[in-house]
Amino acid sequence: MKKSRFWGWFWIFIGALYFLLPLFSTFLFSLKMKKGVLSFAAYQSVLKDPQFYKTFTFSLEMSVLTIIFGLLIIVPTAFFVHLRLKHLRPVIEFITQLPFVVPPIVLVFGLIRLYSKPPIQLTTTPLLLVMGYVVLALPYIYRSVDNGLMAMDVERLTEAAESLGAGWTTILIKVILPNLKSALISGTFLTFAIVIGELTMASMLAWPAFGPYMALLGQNRAYEPAALAIMSFALTWAAMGIIQWVGRTSFVKQEQIGGIH
Amino acid sequence: MVQQEHTKEGGEKPRPSFPLISSFLFLLPFIIFVVAFLILPTISIFISAFQDSAGKFTLQNIKDLFTPYIMGAYLLSIRVSLFTAIIGAFIGFMLAYASTFGNLPSWVKSYLNTFSGVASNFAGVPLAFAFISTLGRVGLITTLIQQIFHISIYDFGFNLYSFWGLCLTYIYFQIPLMVLLMTPALEGMKKEWREGAENLGATNIQYWFHIGLPILLPTILANTVLLFGNAFGAYATAYALTGGFLNLVPIIIGAEIRGDILHNVGLGYALALGMIVIMGVTILSYNYLQSKTARWLK
Repeated sequence: MKKSRFWGWFWIFIGALYFLLPLFSTFLFSLKMKKGVLSFAAYQSVLKDPQFYKTFTFSLEMSVLTIIFGLLIIVPTAFFVHLRLKHLRPVIEFITQLPFVVPPIVLVFGLIRLYSKPPIQLTTTPLLLVMGYVVLALPYIYRSVDNGLMAMDVERLTEAAESLGAGWTTILIKVILPNLKSALISGTFLTFAIVIGELTMASMLAWPAFGPYMALLGQNRAYEPAALAIMSFALTWAAMGIIQWVGRTSFVKQEQIGGIH
Repeated sequence: MVQQEHTKEGGEKPRPSFPLISSFLFLLPFIIFVVAFLILPTISIFISAFQDSAGKFTLQNIKDLFTPYIMGAYLLSIRVSLFTAIIGAFIGFMLAYASTFGNLPSWVKSYLNTFSGVASNFAGVPLAFAFISTLGRVGLITTLIQQIFHISIYDFGFNLYSFWGLCLTYIYFQIPLMVLLMTPALEGMKKEWREGAENLGATNIQYWFHIGLPILLPTILANTVLLFGNAFGAYATAYALTGGFLNLVPIIIGAEIRGDILHNVGLGYALALGMIVIMGVTILSYNYLQSKTARWLK
């Protein structure tokens, strides 16, 4: 059957227009800081701002902590569910989907209510922020790790390692983790992309993170926000590019969906 | 932690080499974490929504939801989410369809999917900036139209910081999400179905209306529902775009936490409870619809 390519190209063209026009406009706008000429002055201005480094570093630290905590909590859980508690898999999957039901703005409301006063006062430490981020990243990290575990024979690998005398820590670190490499990398970069520009939790818990900094800059400046948007897009691109690349070079089929809006 | 001796049992199915209790021990960090930072905060919102400032049981907060101001906020949130979900789902579906069955070169699909992965994560504050540079008062498109047609779209009632502006911005992350969700389902359509239909003399349109779409319909609906939830919970994009001037439910809750307005914490909790209920219904219907096609596409 002969089919015309016209409608295919038509929709791709519409999509490309919708995707690329705002990016192009933003880029052009970011170059217009100096009247009459196109320059990278807005980028220089952003890069000269000490607040930029301070807030970016803070968010970077938070994302590293989130990744560490997230993996520490999720990897052993997912491993044991695959190995011994298969009947619990739907339950765990359901739990990891819950952050979709409780939007960040609602979750942070509950966290503040619970932990802003004694007996457990956590709002004064960044720990609460990190834990909030782990909740946000939970569905994504779990899905990556779960996909990674699906792609290997957990039971047989564990049995083989056990019969060679390996203990549980050895099995996890020397057998399971190396096999999970690509899943872990993709979970890591996804978490990074989620945390680095996150606004809701950081601003409600009043931490000097990158997201609130961007929002503040947007209220006070004209050209710098456009430059920041382009930089942020490039950063997301890099993170996603690494996920795609890792996904392609391994046999693990990665799927990743959405972020925090 | 728990070092277990392995008891070998011939060629039988592997049996747990340690009691069930200790495997739950391994789940303990996860359980504690989820309870402390997800379940308890949610329960606490449930409880607070039914308490007055002195901590006594009351239905007043729920009743307060039914004022025109709050109902207006829910209505606006639902309208934005519904509208952007439907438009985003439609364009996203057409894109996924075009890249899968549109006879296009294969690089189109891989570019589309990579870009969708990036664009669905390019949201929040930077996305708002991008649209301000595009359709704001001095944005590229706004000035372009002004130069060519000598009219300002703002004089014609368009405003980026209003319903339509918000919708245009949200659709930017809705389309790629739909592409990511729809592509695997379209790829799962079996060639034999189409061949069978063609051998029986069906046209392309007949195939889609009698076979393709009925099979895909639950998936399409499920993904549209997910897009609805995606927009409904969005705070950062709306906040950065409108600075909190539009009365969306997340924006009002945010203002409540910051202590800007309302001064009625109980109402804030009731609002949050309402959001959880709507999101809960959303995800439940997503799962229900998704399960209806799962058997076809495996």
